[in-house]
Amino acid sequence: MSEVEIKRENLVYDKPRLITDDVMHYCPGCSHGTVHKLVAEVIDEMGLEKSTIAVSPVGCSVFAYKYVDVDWVEAAHGRACAVATAIKRLNPDRLVFTYQGDGDLAAIGTGETIHAAARGENIATIFINNAIYGMTGGQMSPTTLLGMKTATTPYGRDAGLNGFPYKIAEMLVHLDGATYITRQSVHTPANVRKCKKAIRKAFENSLAGNGYSMVEVVSTCSSGWKMSPVEANKWLEENMLPYYPLGDIKVSELPR
Amino acid sequence: MADKEIKLMKGNEVIAHAAVRCGCDGYFGYPITPQSEVMETLMELKPWETTGMVVLQAESELASINMVYGGAATGKRVMTSSSSPGISLMSEGMSYLAACELPCLIVNCQRGGPGLGTIQPSQGDYFQACKGGAHGDFHLIVLAPASVQEMHDFVELGFELAFKYRNPAMILADGAIGQMMEKVVLSPQKPRRTDAEIEAECGPWAACGKGNRRERNICTSLELQSEKMEKINQRLQTKYATIEAAEARWEEIECDDAEYVIVAFGSSARICSATVEAARKQGIKVGLLRPITLYPFPAQAVAALAGRGVKGFLSVELNAGQMVEDVRLAVAGKAPVEHYGRQGGMMFTPDEALEALKEKLLK
Repeated sequence: MSEVEIKRENLVYDKPRLITDDVMHYCPGCSHGTVHKLVAEVIDEMGLEKSTIAVSPVGCSVFAYKYVDVDWVEAAHGRACAVATAIKRLNPDRLVFTYQGDGDLAAIGTGETIHAAARGENIATIFINNAIYGMTGGQMSPTTLLGMKTATTPYGRDAGLNGFPYKIAEMLVHLDGATYITRQSVHTPANVRKCKKAIRKAFENSLAGNGYSMVEVVSTCSSGWKMSPVEANKWLEENMLPYYPLGDIKVSELPR
Repeated sequence: MADKEIKLMKGNEVIAHAAVRCGCDGYFGYPITPQSEVMETLMELKPWETTGMVVLQAESELASINMVYGGAATGKRVMTSSSSPGISLMSEGMSYLAACELPCLIVNCQRGGPGLGTIQPSQGDYFQACKGGAHGDFHLIVLAPASVQEMHDFVELGFELAFKYRNPAMILADGAIGQMMEKVVLSPQKPRRTDAEIEAECGPWAACGKGNRRERNICTSLELQSEKMEKINQRLQTKYATIEAAEARWEEIECDDAEYVIVAFGSSARICSATVEAARKQGIKVGLLRPITLYPFPAQAVAALAGRGVKGFLSVELNAGQMVEDVRLAVAGKAPVEHYGRQGGMMFTPDEALEALKEKLLK
């Protein structure tokens, strides 16, 4: 392939400065790459490169630390919000955020997530909800929709057999310590822009000491869903969004 | 020089005072008997108003050990305390702490098990503390206090060793040492390290925000390439070998002319010091070897005694026989090695230990 030289004045899009040159392991069409880009852009735009500590989970984003050029702590499966709690309390002037998937956050890490939110920890969580365990090969997660086929629900998720999915973002709304809870997506350019604003607002909320923030990003997993990236985006709109509707769920001040 | 500050305190309370005084940055815990006084005392002391130390009651032991992990990853001096069932819950976190080579202090005020067991003292977690206790090949540095004063002293020593080797350290106490009251000399208040001091000490690895470093720090235990992972394992094992060579600590009581040696740690050692006196009154030359570090186990001290002709060793423990395996390895067949112990929260008297020694070694 020949390299095409683009003049600076004609450049409409560039790799964010804080995205490293490591080759991303994410599958084509996966939402992670887009959300990583937004996180890197927001950190850079807010001038927080030197004062950010990120916490990543176990799951597809287990390697998230490779891609965004800030200090990073990898947590055991589900424990990101506990890890971030201590980091923030011991380093109160830093931006501390967790980046977690639905298996990590809403199954094995439910307790840590809810209690960090309940305490009103000044951390933000970026929650990638693609309704599946991607890294381990596409098993059912707590947010898998009824009827959805996965490696452990080969005939479709059945409420009687597998239980119901749940909306952890809506659950968090009832906690005084959770002050900014929003659900976004990155399946269209307009949604990408909205999601970026939400991430910035969450980071600002954390730095202002206004308690816990969560940006849920309803995401695609084309490999796990066994669809092309285009089909996955369409399926997300037709199936995920009716159950996980987009928009701000809670915007409030921490009770004093 | 100011007068010494001498107080009468419980072992658990002393842990809290010693933590504040040695400049600890954070404590994260969850209530469990018989060690809840550690966090209760810290909450009463309110160190966040004086030294700036963070104290947080977590929602579980899983959370508290992972809070320790997070704090340690940023180079802070952080600790937790718990008792046996809670320590089992923390074992996942200990494996990660060891893997990431993060310094921290964990206090286990042991109670009897297995399962929920009893809230009375036990030494049933020796294997768990000294042989890894979670997945993967790793070691904690394990200190065994036999007095309230040592509960105090080992907090600072634990942090010192943890930072020297970038390895989690554990104080393996038990319900007796935690609950009993004794005179203790408190150390003077030391300031917590400043950010600049932490940067100087932990800059090459602590993920506390890039600051003015050019390269960022990443704290991870993940390495999917076997060739690289084996190198990491080998580096850890080299470190453990250094610790084994340099850091074994023990106390010998009347061992110089002893024909029989009791090996005991913690509250068992405390009782056995009276056994030695009772035996000597009866004309039996008994000595006591008290391991102060359980990992590294003072094998060289045991081997030296075996080498100079001690006729028999009795490992006295509040369990069914755990440390006795390390004593046997060190004695290497040169003399008989027997075990005596009680379980379920039961203690033994000095005379009962002496009777066991006579029955097992003198017959």
